[in-house]
Amino acid sequence: MVEMEKQVLTPVNENKSQKATNFKWRNIFRGDNRALWTILALIIILLADRMVSPTFFTVRMINGRLTGSLINTLDGAAPIILLSIGMTLVIATKGVDLSVGAVMAICAAVSAVLINRHEAGSDNILYYPGFVIAIAILVGALCGLWNGILVALFDIQPIIATLILMVAGRGIAQMITDGQSPTYTDETLAFMGQGTIFGMPFPVYVAIIALVVVYLLVRRTALGLLIESVGINAKASHYTGVNATVIKLFVYIISGICAAIAGLIVAGENTYADPHTAGMWSELDAIVAVVIGGTLLSGGRFSLVLSAMGALIIQSLRIGLYISDLHPNANLVVKAIVILLVLLLQSKEFKQAVGRLFKPVLKLRPVFK
Amino acid sequence: MSTNEQPALLEVRGLTKTFTATPALSEVDFTLYPGEVHAVLGENGAGKSTLIKVITGVYKRDAGTIHLNGKLIEPRSPGHAQELGISAVYQEINLIPTLSVAENLYVGRQPRFLGMVSMQLMNKKARKLLKTFNIDIDVTRDLSSYSIAIQQIVAIVRGVDLSAKILILDEPTSSLDRHEVETLFSVIRSLKEHGIGILLITHFLDQVYEISDRITVLRNGRKVGEHLTKELPRAKLISEMLGREFTETLGKRSNQITNSDSKHDTFLDIKGFAKRGMIEPFDLEIKKGEIVGLAGLLGSGRTEMGHLVFGINRSEKGEAYVESKKVKISSPRKAIRYGFGLCPEDRKVEGLIADLTIRENIILALQAKLGWYRHIPYKRQEQYADEMIEALHIVTTDAEKPVRELSGGNQQKVILARWLVSNPELLILDEPTRGIDIGAHAEIINIIKRLAKEGKALMVISSELAEVVDYSDRVVVLRDRKKLTELTGDEISEDAIMQAIAEK
Repeated sequence: MVEMEKQVLTPVNENKSQKATNFKWRNIFRGDNRALWTILALIIILLADRMVSPTFFTVRMINGRLTGSLINTLDGAAPIILLSIGMTLVIATKGVDLSVGAVMAICAAVSAVLINRHEAGSDNILYYPGFVIAIAILVGALCGLWNGILVALFDIQPIIATLILMVAGRGIAQMITDGQSPTYTDETLAFMGQGTIFGMPFPVYVAIIALVVVYLLVRRTALGLLIESVGINAKASHYTGVNATVIKLFVYIISGICAAIAGLIVAGENTYADPHTAGMWSELDAIVAVVIGGTLLSGGRFSLVLSAMGALIIQSLRIGLYISDLHPNANLVVKAIVILLVLLLQSKEFKQAVGRLFKPVLKLRPVFK
Repeated sequence: MSTNEQPALLEVRGLTKTFTATPALSEVDFTLYPGEVHAVLGENGAGKSTLIKVITGVYKRDAGTIHLNGKLIEPRSPGHAQELGISAVYQEINLIPTLSVAENLYVGRQPRFLGMVSMQLMNKKARKLLKTFNIDIDVTRDLSSYSIAIQQIVAIVRGVDLSAKILILDEPTSSLDRHEVETLFSVIRSLKEHGIGILLITHFLDQVYEISDRITVLRNGRKVGEHLTKELPRAKLISEMLGREFTETLGKRSNQITNSDSKHDTFLDIKGFAKRGMIEPFDLEIKKGEIVGLAGLLGSGRTEMGHLVFGINRSEKGEAYVESKKVKISSPRKAIRYGFGLCPEDRKVEGLIADLTIRENIILALQAKLGWYRHIPYKRQEQYADEMIEALHIVTTDAEKPVRELSGGNQQKVILARWLVSNPELLILDEPTRGIDIGAHAEIINIIKRLAKEGKALMVISSELAEVVDYSDRVVVLRDRKKLTELTGDEISEDAIMQAIAEK
């Protein structure tokens, strides 16, 4: 076995075939030509934003900080991108994680409460900003582990299993903050939400790094393949020796960690943790982002990059509506309609139906000549 | 019996259907007369499924005409085809197992009394309807409480009752035992009397000769022949299907035992495995380089024995020894770690990861064995896939195609390839040749023999006795979830197996 492993794991000589050259690109845009429609939808929405606000693409450097609607869009999309990364993996295993918004609130609360003790003069090393961030992320991972145990070990349907933490999570966050919304002044934690590096908001870097790290983690190991295999056919995967339990635990833990980081960013932006509103409805944004990115809710093939684009679509839409003259009351309805349109663009059946609509017209044309 | 003077029920002319450059059907003619059973035969990839799917409106044809009772038709969907009078019943039954038989027959069109759905009326009608086919069962019981054969008949009766003039049966008998086939055939005969035209697709040649009136042979998307069944000798049919001369090798024992000598070591020794409701206690020993066949009727416990050995179901008692070391086979993962592999009976549900590519399906078992962190480099994966595609003659343009696009025989080969790549010591094959064409059939049997020669232990479950007799060194005979006996060497013959099953 050991000898065989060695042989299996060494790459073959390069000269064997050239087929591998375009492999990586195809991998990034998994899911047929959905990639095209997702990118197209993003471009159209950005152009629409530009029509609503002529300065949408204008980026200025003010006080060492890049400003402009485009930067705001990226900045605001960062937490959604983070959530959508974890959500993509969970959905690819045929699951869903409804608890991410609540986990954001829990981790924001944990960070605020701990840093308050540091600010109150405690010498305990655990209350130092670096440790606070680490602890908040650990708490997120534990939340994910909890979900994973319910789903993978106790075989509870994911929507119900994660609903438990979705409901309980805000209560837990309130217990942590003792019903308050604690504010803090710590600069390190504030940097998570407000900081800039080379003028670019820090959350943008966090989202990009998380995307790259998780991408490498699932595509440079066999995790991605095993996740897809469990999502497509759990029974056949079981018979083939795939350890679905470990895979599921893994994806929920990743989702929990992503939610924790998103929670730290949102708290950092405001320098306070509100257990009632932090991450409210974010789980739905994340799910929609994943779906727009072409990963089916029935599991299987997934693309992290396209999910991130889905998150960008949602955020540019939100910003566009925000800066438009549209009455705020109409925002949610318009958002829903646009998302519906994006999903219809990707639907094969819809495109065929539209194709049929135009056929008779084409046939009639010669009559008018 | 039909004659050519009778007006045709269904006339297909010059039918062509092309998928991404390769034609799946080219200029196929097909004629169906009322009251006849017309078998469409061919290897996998011959175009049988495509033909059905075009006729039932699943696919749109590229060229050609379809006339029903002399009228040109354009079926848009299976529902539309059904309205036109063409019903199809597939291998996988599209009924609702938790509804009663009567409800299944009338779902969507329940008889009403004073505007309300009337259960009594429905049950009465259902009973009457089934009676016309000499089927007398309790129509109020759940469909799932009946055998596959009855479920299939219910599906057929429902299709016929929906004003069908033409009934398409796709592999209707592949999961039925002999007795159930008889029941089904009697239904088919009474449908013939009602003037219904039946298009039959099957891999069982005996059944073709038993039930069909006419045979159309397809190969590579083209029609190669149309014959009256009684005028077509078997040898000619087989050579038409394969496109080459074929000498029947099955039925004779070609694998005269060389392997079960004492010089071969025991690989697996099982003592007293059992599970209530599945199988009674049994002992089983498999040597390296030995092929052990499991024979018995459907439901005799063949599959269950395989599942217990592979850890899909945990044995409640007994012990297992792999190369004399005591082991606990508590899950497929454990079994795989001891060097086992299993090709399951139901390829689609238990075997294939349909949306993954051929390459990914082939390396999956090995990758799962190595763990997620020891990733097989892409080049190496490609090499494995290409090697296997070549070695097992998997017909595909490349390894990056989703495996669901392959035909049944090629899918079976992909699952075999998956295990071969992971280099198991014991391979359990559950119905490895079911539902695949003659060419692939012979190839798979050759692979089985070759693996045994290489020193692998094989456990092969099959309902085709001739096949079991051909390759087994030892045959375990089962009946009613119980191991009856073992036949070795010269004792093995079809007669001996049947006798063992019949003996009290």
